[in-house]
Amino acid sequence: MEKNNGTPSVIVNNLVKKFGDFVAVDHVSFEAQPGEIFGFLGPNGAGKSTTIRILCGLLRPTEGKATVAGLDVARQPEAVRQKIGYMSQKFSLYNDLKVIENIRFFAGMYSVPDAAMAERADWVLEMAGLKGRESALTGTLATGWKQRLALGCAVLHHPSILFLDEPTSGVDPVSRRQFWELIHRMAAEGVTVFVTTHYMDEAEYCRQLVLIDRGKVVASGSPSELKSGAMKGELLLVGCEPLGDALELLQNAPGVLDAAIFGSAVHVVVTNAQEGMAGLMEYLSEHGVTVSKMEPISPTLEDVFVALTTRQAESRTKSAEAKNVQ
Amino acid sequence: MKLHRLVAVAKKEVLQIVRDARSVGIVVAMPIAMMLAFGYGISLDIKHLPVYVFDREGSQQSQNLLKHFQASEYFNVKKAVSDYAALVRALDRGTCKLAIVIPHDFSLRLNAGGPVSIQALIDATDSNTANIAIAYSQAVIQTYSQRVQLDWIQRHGIKKMNPPISVESRTWFNENLESMVNIVPGVVVIVMAVIGVFLTALTIAREWERGTMEQLISTPVTELELMLGKLAPYFVIGMLDTCLCVGFGTLWFGVPFRGSWSVFFIASALFLIVVLSLGYFFSVVAKSQLAASQISLLATFLPAFLLSGFLFPIEQMPVAVQAVTYIMPARYYMDVIRNVFLKGSPITLLLNDLLALAFMSCLLVFVATRSFKKKLT
Repeated sequence: MEKNNGTPSVIVNNLVKKFGDFVAVDHVSFEAQPGEIFGFLGPNGAGKSTTIRILCGLLRPTEGKATVAGLDVARQPEAVRQKIGYMSQKFSLYNDLKVIENIRFFAGMYSVPDAAMAERADWVLEMAGLKGRESALTGTLATGWKQRLALGCAVLHHPSILFLDEPTSGVDPVSRRQFWELIHRMAAEGVTVFVTTHYMDEAEYCRQLVLIDRGKVVASGSPSELKSGAMKGELLLVGCEPLGDALELLQNAPGVLDAAIFGSAVHVVVTNAQEGMAGLMEYLSEHGVTVSKMEPISPTLEDVFVALTTRQAESRTKSAEAKNVQ
Repeated sequence: MKLHRLVAVAKKEVLQIVRDARSVGIVVAMPIAMMLAFGYGISLDIKHLPVYVFDREGSQQSQNLLKHFQASEYFNVKKAVSDYAALVRALDRGTCKLAIVIPHDFSLRLNAGGPVSIQALIDATDSNTANIAIAYSQAVIQTYSQRVQLDWIQRHGIKKMNPPISVESRTWFNENLESMVNIVPGVVVIVMAVIGVFLTALTIAREWERGTMEQLISTPVTELELMLGKLAPYFVIGMLDTCLCVGFGTLWFGVPFRGSWSVFFIASALFLIVVLSLGYFFSVVAKSQLAASQISLLATFLPAFLLSGFLFPIEQMPVAVQAVTYIMPARYYMDVIRNVFLKGSPITLLLNDLLALAFMSCLLVFVATRSFKKKLT
């Protein structure tokens, strides 16, 4: 296992990727340190996959520079590929091959020496929990097992950096937890794990986070830094009835920056929590909403995520409009 | 290039072929089905052409003439009718292709030594068949009128004499003039062209469609390793298919194989490399299995069928079309295969064809390798 102590594993500097007129990645810059779990957050279509694909040498950047394990991804993509492991968003092992055949194939692709073959294959089977199911057709496995096998196949050559593009989408909670245990184990062994996700609980596991939206970095830092510093304003929890009407009212209420439903309550962003509370209470009851609870709370990552990603805000407005029509 | 990666790709490809019922169908069923369909379906022999006659005289002589027609294997006198309208109806319906009308004074004028003509009505919707029917019927009548002439001369006291010049023809290479002998080796070429392209046309497109390509190109495997690894198993399969076709042609259709096996294998290997690379190229360009298979069919079947000299001799094509045939690999392979099957030509006579195939295979391997980029778009 290679350790580039001191120098970052991934350096991205003003990276731009355009598809025709569409700017998928817009001057993105960040660094990921060796052995850390680096989370890349953003709504669908924010440019997460595009960035990860550029870093794996699968797409050529339009502008800017990206360095992975000290190698320029645009100039030395083949050298980069030998040092990294990649798991694409869509499951992409061969469904018509047996478990062990997939392992052997990717071991061949990564030039795993014959002597180490049996031991590595064994390790992957153990890790994926597929011992005894070596000759099952991969297509017949449940999603959780498939994802762990894909992870195993991506790290057969002991890469120093691992790129995971939404590795747990569509996986049940138990399998997700198991998957993250594997990621933690690898990071503990010194592997830099670069992971995209839109699960907020998973984002909490990361040491560093970069939040992107519409191709641009909107916030970065550790989860606690993001929670304390990234929000513009303070957060109120409002327990009220009926919820749908309340949301609509709150979004248009004076002094409210943003509002979103969280569970059975509404989270409202205001410039100042103490000053805003009284006004809101009055405003809501005027409009026939019964307020059971209203208190200042510290934001979760999800609050930050929702507050900072404009696209989500837009679609929320749209769903509110849809409700009006009904 | 690392051999172990090439081997790993080839092994994977073999496993996928074995597990996919469709590819087994392409490999085994398609050549046999095509050999049968083309071997039996295409016959250029015109034999037993249906003939109607309207004998307005009904004399010994007119009946003799009709017997000559009946004796020829090219004609089958199906019916004698008693009026002209019946002939027209039969031609209209297509129940006969040739109608013969013998005039009412046939024997009279014949005995007088005077010229007499009979009428032949021919369905010329297919001009080729019509031309052959005219030629054959003229030959039949020529023979008959020669005999009448000789009889007449003998009857007038001149001693028996034979026609001064006759042709002793011996047909070489296809002794019985069966078109099947010409067609079956040609079918081998068409089958190999289509199968060869189809085998590889799906291989890259399938990886794109199933999403496996993204994982594959994130590994250090090189473009060349990937291509050679993918082509190697199909090359072996293609060569086995070639043998299957030849076995079928010789054992089932009874077509002779007179040439050298080594020339045959060299030419087949080169041709296979050409078509496999072409299929690979289509697969890379199309990125979808459906589009790749459609392009393949258009790009190989039609040229192999029309422009290789399979049915239509290249020398008789318009000059511009002839020029196009020079870039058709099937043209050269067709030449080699026919010569090897029927003439047993030595390699020295086929050198030009082999060189052309060798050049094309190098070119297409190069194009196919360069076409594939380990990038997403």
